[in-house]
Amino acid sequence: MNLTLKIWRQKNADAKGGMETYKVENISPDSSFLEMLDILNDQLINEGKEPVAFDHDCREGICGMCSLQINGQPHGPGRGITTCQLHMRKFRDGDTIYIEPFRAKAFPVIKDLVVDRTSFDRIQHAGGYISVNTSGNTQDANAIPIEKHNADKAFDAATCIGCGACVAACKNASAMLFTSAKVSQFALLPQGRVEATERVLNMVKQMDLEGFGNCSNTGACELECPKGISLENIARMNREYLKASVK
Amino acid sequence: MSGIIKSSIARKVSMGLSALFLLIFLLQHLIVNFSSVLSAEMFNEFSHFMGTNPLVQFVLQPILIFGVVFHFVMGFILEIRNNRARDVKYVQYKGSANSSWMSRNMIYSGIVILAFLGLHFYDFWFPEIGYKYIHFLPEDPNRYYGELVEKFHDPIRVILYCLAFVFLALHLLHGFSSSFQSVGFNNKYSPAVHKTGKVYAILIPLGFVFIALFHYFNSL
Repeated sequence: MNLTLKIWRQKNADAKGGMETYKVENISPDSSFLEMLDILNDQLINEGKEPVAFDHDCREGICGMCSLQINGQPHGPGRGITTCQLHMRKFRDGDTIYIEPFRAKAFPVIKDLVVDRTSFDRIQHAGGYISVNTSGNTQDANAIPIEKHNADKAFDAATCIGCGACVAACKNASAMLFTSAKVSQFALLPQGRVEATERVLNMVKQMDLEGFGNCSNTGACELECPKGISLENIARMNREYLKASVK
Repeated sequence: MSGIIKSSIARKVSMGLSALFLLIFLLQHLIVNFSSVLSAEMFNEFSHFMGTNPLVQFVLQPILIFGVVFHFVMGFILEIRNNRARDVKYVQYKGSANSSWMSRNMIYSGIVILAFLGLHFYDFWFPEIGYKYIHFLPEDPNRYYGELVEKFHDPIRVILYCLAFVFLALHLLHGFSSSFQSVGFNNKYSPAVHKTGKVYAILIPLGFVFIALFHYFNSL
């Protein structure tokens, strides 16, 4: 496949970026999108040019590191996949592909396509944990009976890999799907109820401080989430927040 | 407490609650207006009651005005804040791949509805307030039907009203189910809420369109 790539290039966080055009040739339809970018970077290095900086790590869809807004969609076309799981066969020979960083005030660009997603870490630090006894007397989690229905929903919420596609897809750059998944994974379990009140209040407060937008229920986040995190979690977070607010 | 009021979720829930209140009001408004198609006496009776009952006039009407103003003001505040949350825009943004046009353009359908409300208040509400509370004219329980019908003689007004109802339908197509989600209602009944929302979003504006056209063609 021969492709034209329009890629956002930006030297550093303070530099003014812009779109630049590159050509790549003889790309296998079976290669992954990140492999295609690797080929482009080899080409740029051989030409003595600066390679394109982009995030990646596990390349098997579980680490949440790869990002990229591809042709106007986070992780490109297709449902339930990360960019590393996107294959070039999803495109046609001769296509022009737009590659941009995830855009949000709370995800500032570090370089080219790499954005700083530590705002998610700070939301997690604000309450995305449970306090457990680590003195050797920790109760076996399996000894606490949990309804199958709740265990399944908590697990579904816990599959969030924190990639930020929800923020990138949302027209308001809202982080409510991420935050609600992190609230829900504990809210549904007895171990998480102990700190439920402070958790939701602190995590939402941090989410707002980071400058994410407000959710307007477009549902774009749910559809673009590589793990299919449901909007049901946002409704649960809203309920948890209301309950916590009147306590 | 002020932290709670300022939070994104508090804004979202309050937006949802005001929307739910306005959904109930719209249904009630349609029922009263539809009586004008069935009988002039019935419409006069309804309107006389609504226009003179102290509970409606001095309790429900101020709540309604607050609800409408709050919904619009909060809508604009949210739009400004949401725009700020993405300071650098995408070169390519394919919103249609993952969300409906209605959900992404609530502000525009809302602005059209706000403009319509200006016309609607100019047509009915301001004259009514003037009649009762400025000029203190004697109450005539049979005046309402004539006042309504007279407005729909003008084809331009009828077209503007019908156009606004189309935007109302677009607003409701997302707004109905969205308001439930915002107040935290998402459970096994949500698919039914979505379907009810679609029916409501089409039938209510269609009812208003029918009333406007009915009185226009009746006047020819």
